[in-house]
Amino acid sequence: MTAIKRGFTAFGKFWWEFLVGDTPELLVATLVIVGSALLLRHHQTAGFILVPLITVVALTLSILRGRDPGARRSRSLDLDDSPDP
Amino acid sequence: MTSSAIILALAVFGASAVEAVEALTIVLAAGTTRGWRSATEGVLAALAVLVAIVAGVGVPLVHLVPIDVLRVVIGGLLLVLGLQWLRKAILRATGNKALHDEDAIYASTIAELSEGADRTPAASTQRSGWRSATSGPRDAIGFTVAFKGVFLEGLEVVLVVLTLGASSHRLGLAAAAAAAAIVVVTAVGLAVARQLSEVPENTMKTVVGIMLTSFGVFWVGEGAGLHWPGSDLAILGLIALFAATTGVLIIGMRRPSSDSQAGGSVRRSKPSVGREEVQGST
Repeated sequence: MTAIKRGFTAFGKFWWEFLVGDTPELLVATLVIVGSALLLRHHQTAGFILVPLITVVALTLSILRGRDPGARRSRSLDLDDSPDP
Repeated sequence: MTSSAIILALAVFGASAVEAVEALTIVLAAGTTRGWRSATEGVLAALAVLVAIVAGVGVPLVHLVPIDVLRVVIGGLLLVLGLQWLRKAILRATGNKALHDEDAIYASTIAELSEGADRTPAASTQRSGWRSATSGPRDAIGFTVAFKGVFLEGLEVVLVVLTLGASSHRLGLAAAAAAAAIVVVTAVGLAVARQLSEVPENTMKTVVGIMLTSFGVFWVGEGAGLHWPGSDLAILGLIALFAATTGVLIIGMRRPSSDSQAGGSVRRSKPSVGREEVQGST
């Protein structure tokens, strides 16, 4: 029983780390992209323009969120506050 | 072979190569420190489990799930994975995140595995250097570390193989590309043992991130019912779009004095091996 529970916990942890991890905004963005594609399936031109565009915007926003705040304050080369995955 | 099949094979090859480098670093550390017999057995056990997962999950996935549902779900998974890789690669390229350093990881793993090595059966033969894969005592820690390293990194390869292979009904091609990448990385890795930091991992991660994101958007659109202009050739357009976006973001967000990808040095934090000045290699 304990082994099964441990297995389920590890399985859940793997998927949580894989899908959410430290970038929950990318999971939200993916859901928005999938939803947009489904909504726009009857508007082909808008669909194949907007879906990639939303992806570009999502990536840009996520990168801005992940930017090292020290980069704006100083030109220090120290990256000690950057966690290594 | 169509252009989309070639792009698919390249994407799987690149993603698998990146993961194989990371796994090989751990295996080299485990083999050198705890003995090659246990490390090799750990690798083989992990590979067997991974192959079973591909066969057990991948084949039913292709044959039982409706293709459009498969493409939307799998496209979504590819998007999450691709965007995460691309984000990480861009942040590293712009100096906003420490570069992945295989030398540091190797040294860190060696340090961890060496703790208590004198108390193990492998200790007597460890001092003699590299040992053969078939001789020497068994070591549970060496086996476990090699198994976990290969299994965890391999799971990402499996995900890429299953998602790209299943959505395009080319599971065999995707699996072959992944196997080729693992063979090439292993051969090169063993030849240049301990110099895995020379592999331009961040550049590879950037390219693969662009490809995975492009495939993700393409399959999500296809599965949802969008008909891309140019059909499969639209993948090339998406790759160009995300490559241009990546280029603009890297140029626009590069930290003024880091230039980590252009040869400038950056300081990294690696507590287990001490702080060191390292050269950005990718």
